[in-house]
Amino acid sequence: MKILVPVKRVVDYNVKVRVKSDGTGVDIANVKMSMNPFDEIAIEEAVRLKEAGIATEVVAVSCGLAACQETLRAAMAIGADRGILVETDVELQPLAVAKLLKALCGKEAPQVVICGKQAIDDDSNQTGQMLAALMGWPQATFASKLVIADGAATVTREIDGGLETLEIKLPAVVTTDLRLNEPRYATLPNIMKAKKKPLETVKPADLGVDVAPRLATLKVVEPAKRSAGVRVADVAQLVDKLKNEAKVI
Amino acid sequence: MAILVIAEHDNASLKAATLNAVAAAAELGKAGGGEVHILVAGANCAAAAAEAAKLAGVAKVRVADAAHYEAQTAENVAALVVAAAGDYSHVVAPGTSYGKNVTPRVAALLDVAQISDVVAIESADTFQRPIYAGNALATVKSADRVKVLTVRTTAFEAAAVANEGGAAVEALAAGPDLGVAKLVGRELTKSARPELGAAKIIVSGGRGLGSGENYHKLLEPLADKLGAALGASRAAVDAGFAPNDYQVGQTGKIVAPQLYIAVGVSGAIQHLAGMKDSKVIVAINKDPEAPIFQVADYGLVGDLFELVPELTNAVG
Repeated sequence: MKILVPVKRVVDYNVKVRVKSDGTGVDIANVKMSMNPFDEIAIEEAVRLKEAGIATEVVAVSCGLAACQETLRAAMAIGADRGILVETDVELQPLAVAKLLKALCGKEAPQVVICGKQAIDDDSNQTGQMLAALMGWPQATFASKLVIADGAATVTREIDGGLETLEIKLPAVVTTDLRLNEPRYATLPNIMKAKKKPLETVKPADLGVDVAPRLATLKVVEPAKRSAGVRVADVAQLVDKLKNEAKVI
Repeated sequence: MAILVIAEHDNASLKAATLNAVAAAAELGKAGGGEVHILVAGANCAAAAAEAAKLAGVAKVRVADAAHYEAQTAENVAALVVAAAGDYSHVVAPGTSYGKNVTPRVAALLDVAQISDVVAIESADTFQRPIYAGNALATVKSADRVKVLTVRTTAFEAAAVANEGGAAVEALAAGPDLGVAKLVGRELTKSARPELGAAKIIVSGGRGLGSGENYHKLLEPLADKLGAALGASRAAVDAGFAPNDYQVGQTGKIVAPQLYIAVGVSGAIQHLAGMKDSKVIVAINKDPEAPIFQVADYGLVGDLFELVPELTNAVG
């Protein structure tokens, strides 16, 4: 069974992004870039399924600039067998990525696609669901547990107020939530090995996909800053302020 | 053209988030989007539909009542919405785990973009949404024929239950059962406390509490006295002090209560992203340099093991 895992190159989660003064976007020049954390969880889960003898091959896919090769190498250092880069300079929105992945699913015929639930840059939380829809496959989003057996996946999902367990027929799309696993640190030997793993590059046109953006970003601004309030001396003063000044208790 | 709201409900009643989505749709309507219809897809869901008919701003309730909508799986609900979408210029859902699960499927099947987590409506085709965990706000314009959006519930006041006569309730033919996903079970956290997303007061704990035992021992009595929901930072969840669905932050829930009390929370960027729109923020932390104090209206520096019980007594 083959598993496909899309991985996105994003601004590292520890970086505090700055909005450009001309309001056209955030400044990502000379900023540390990393694999989207939810995608790292997706790769880890796929590699664990391979180690457990359930999956036979793990293919990592990244869509975007040539620099996404680094993200694919990082995925291969965790244990993906090979990488596919869909290279383009065009700003890719979730629907376009889902269409690129659909084309690759047509070629690769994976049984399971494991996606991160959302990327921490655009925070869209769409691509996995869109891919499932375009393929006509079932989906299980926000997974905290994944069991694959007998042509089906049993997935525990994080929903508002608790957990839900779904059984979905394969092929299917699963998206990861934080508690699915804790990704391993890539070891130096594995990082070296990853450099020799196959990495294929294709263009959106090779896949017959129109990736033109559907949404135009008119401007990007910083949110209104919240200013620090006052320090209170003790609990009595705090309760007094909450009752009489803020009137919230 | 009209606007279709996808209702989130449990067949017996509407989820609070639906009311916020209706309010956002009503705003869209004023911006030229037309009247607001609401889709209730469920099984034996007449009660939820009747509730939807009473919401201010709703012109029509469309009900698809069939056994295969009982669990409201994304596959079946999305197919139903797509079949009905021809009549609409906008499809709106709450930005909850339910809305986020179903709506992108609808958008993809319609071959349109989805605009996630809308916090402000500038016009019928232009919306503001947070990116980078709310560290930036993007204004985006859609050229698609149908605009499909999820709305951040904390950014829109709940629609009032004020439609005395009630909107028309109309049956919508059910779509096919795709039969590809089956609900095995739901395990909902049982609690007498309000739901995190809808609570007026939230008491939230961080790693400063030291252990899960302390988390419960110190925060539960305070939350009970205030009628508050319990929340937690990601650090506290990762350390196992509290369950994951308590998590407030970029990767957890985005909340905006009237009062947010952060106890032993340092105030990492990712936590602030989830609670900085709260009306009043109180921080209790022993470290006077903790970043949480930069967003707190009232800061109390000291030992939380003494201060929290004292506060619990004082608010009684």
